[in-house]
Amino acid sequence: MNNKIDENTVRKVAKLSRLALADNEIHEFTAQLSAVLEYIEKLKELNTDAVEPLAHCLPVKNVFRPDEVRDSLGTDKALANAPQRDENHFIVPKILDEVSA
Amino acid sequence: MSNEILNLNLIEIAHLISTGEITSLQATQITLDAIEKHNPNINAYLSVFNEQAIEQAKKVDAKIASKQTIGPLAGVPIAVKDNMCTAFGTTTCASKILENFHSPYNATVIEKLLAADAVIVGKTNLDEFAMGSSTENSGFAQTKNPWDTQRVPGGSSGGSAAAVAARMCYAALGSDTGGSIRQPASFCGIVGLKPTYGRVSRYGLVAYGSSLDQIGPMTRTVGDAALMMNVIAGHDERDSTSVNADLAPVADYKADLCGQIKNLKIGIVTKFNEGATPDVCGAIKDAIAVYKSMGAEIIEIDMPHFDYSIATYYIVATAEASSNLARYDGVHYGYRNKDADELVAMYSKSRAEGFGQEVKRRIMLGTYVLSSGYYDAYYLKALKVRNLIRSDYTNAFEKCDCIMMPVAPSTAFKFGEKTADPLQMYLSDIYTIAANLAGVPGISIPCGYDSQNLPIGLQIFTPAFTEHKMLKIAAMYEKNTNFPKLPEMK
Repeated sequence: MNNKIDENTVRKVAKLSRLALADNEIHEFTAQLSAVLEYIEKLKELNTDAVEPLAHCLPVKNVFRPDEVRDSLGTDKALANAPQRDENHFIVPKILDEVSA
Repeated sequence: MSNEILNLNLIEIAHLISTGEITSLQATQITLDAIEKHNPNINAYLSVFNEQAIEQAKKVDAKIASKQTIGPLAGVPIAVKDNMCTAFGTTTCASKILENFHSPYNATVIEKLLAADAVIVGKTNLDEFAMGSSTENSGFAQTKNPWDTQRVPGGSSGGSAAAVAARMCYAALGSDTGGSIRQPASFCGIVGLKPTYGRVSRYGLVAYGSSLDQIGPMTRTVGDAALMMNVIAGHDERDSTSVNADLAPVADYKADLCGQIKNLKIGIVTKFNEGATPDVCGAIKDAIAVYKSMGAEIIEIDMPHFDYSIATYYIVATAEASSNLARYDGVHYGYRNKDADELVAMYSKSRAEGFGQEVKRRIMLGTYVLSSGYYDAYYLKALKVRNLIRSDYTNAFEKCDCIMMPVAPSTAFKFGEKTADPLQMYLSDIYTIAANLAGVPGISIPCGYDSQNLPIGLQIFTPAFTEHKMLKIAAMYEKNTNFPKLPEMK
């Protein structure tokens, strides 16, 4: 566990998070995340070798229901909030350029 | 006259409407007038449904006039936090990224409110995506505490708390991931209940920390919270983590609030109480003395891992948030940057421009603790400590019926006091966060006022799925004191 995070790591994490952060944000987050991570180091004080991880608190696993056809949202409703669309599709910026396509 | 109607609690107004003594239209109009008058100052609401509320009120009045069966909230003006999907109006989560989002469906709790014939008057402000403890992280408005408008209402359900305290609705729904119902309830002098994880459906609640989030009532009395629980609790096949009756049947929470629990054993951790400001510590001591005078036994308990709950939470919650908030990509809904000509740049710019600072900070932290090479050291470690924190509760409940402690270390703080240092803001959640990690229910009830007349909350925990008992314990106190008081609204 590193107890500090540097600007390069913060840039890498921003990229993984799909956040185009400005330089001043990178700088600010580096300091703030360092402080939080340093605080989190606290957990190291505890020996947890014999402890099971607890992802959620319910005694419930694998909830099934019959696989039945039901009504779904429908194209119009599903597309209603799209920033850009045509009749039946979401429109996104080009992913492949002309040559590689 | 209108003030008298506004000052009624939920059970009282529901009774008067159902018996035809006043109409839902009157109650709704008076509430909408109060919103028009006070909301420009308090900013509790992000959106208000004037016409729709009036229409619904008339519908309920017609039902009552023609002696049709009506629901338990018939005609009563209710508010909901703006992170619950409504098929009407917008669902913004107080985020620019969802500013114009119109949900195609209602959350289960919304369906349940409507099935109970409630009048939904508006949607309340919150910290963006429910991430915060003061509602200062809202992308749209600064909600003020009705007790002192220089101060925060708490958060993240600050809008709901302020609306209930300021009589701009008779009850509200909030959501609680690390204290977001209980702490604002405490800061605004009202009752706030976080149910057991799995008691209330999360379907249509915009996800923040999926293993921690719960919807619950925010009201002016304990009885009102019980009535709201009767409406919203229960299994929902659309939320696989909502618990069905085989595992834990839903009680009639309102049925058994009278009377005392004999030989009540209250667990306290003296050093926790002493960690709060002297005013808060004193009020908690006094409240426990009230229980003692009713025959309760006070037992000193040990919760050795409680102190690790904030560190654990800010790993677990942010990890879940980083995953949950990946869906805001500028493609399916929400804000999109128009200049980016390539897909990843479009994602990254849309998200950077659409999210506020605290949301970005938590996504970053969550992404970091889940990233390759750090997962075991942070996330897995946190899940193990989470188990230890839960065992603190389990062990304590072998010795006592309930645990009592403050809700927050201080009363409502001033705007800007903690915004510069996120860690300081996080640390203010010390008393509330462990309950979310352990999945147990908790309630905040008003138990006094500090030297500046700001409300103080007492927090009560009981074992999982015993909200009926928790409410009864809370009601015992409420009946023996003259709380809650309400802030004066000019």
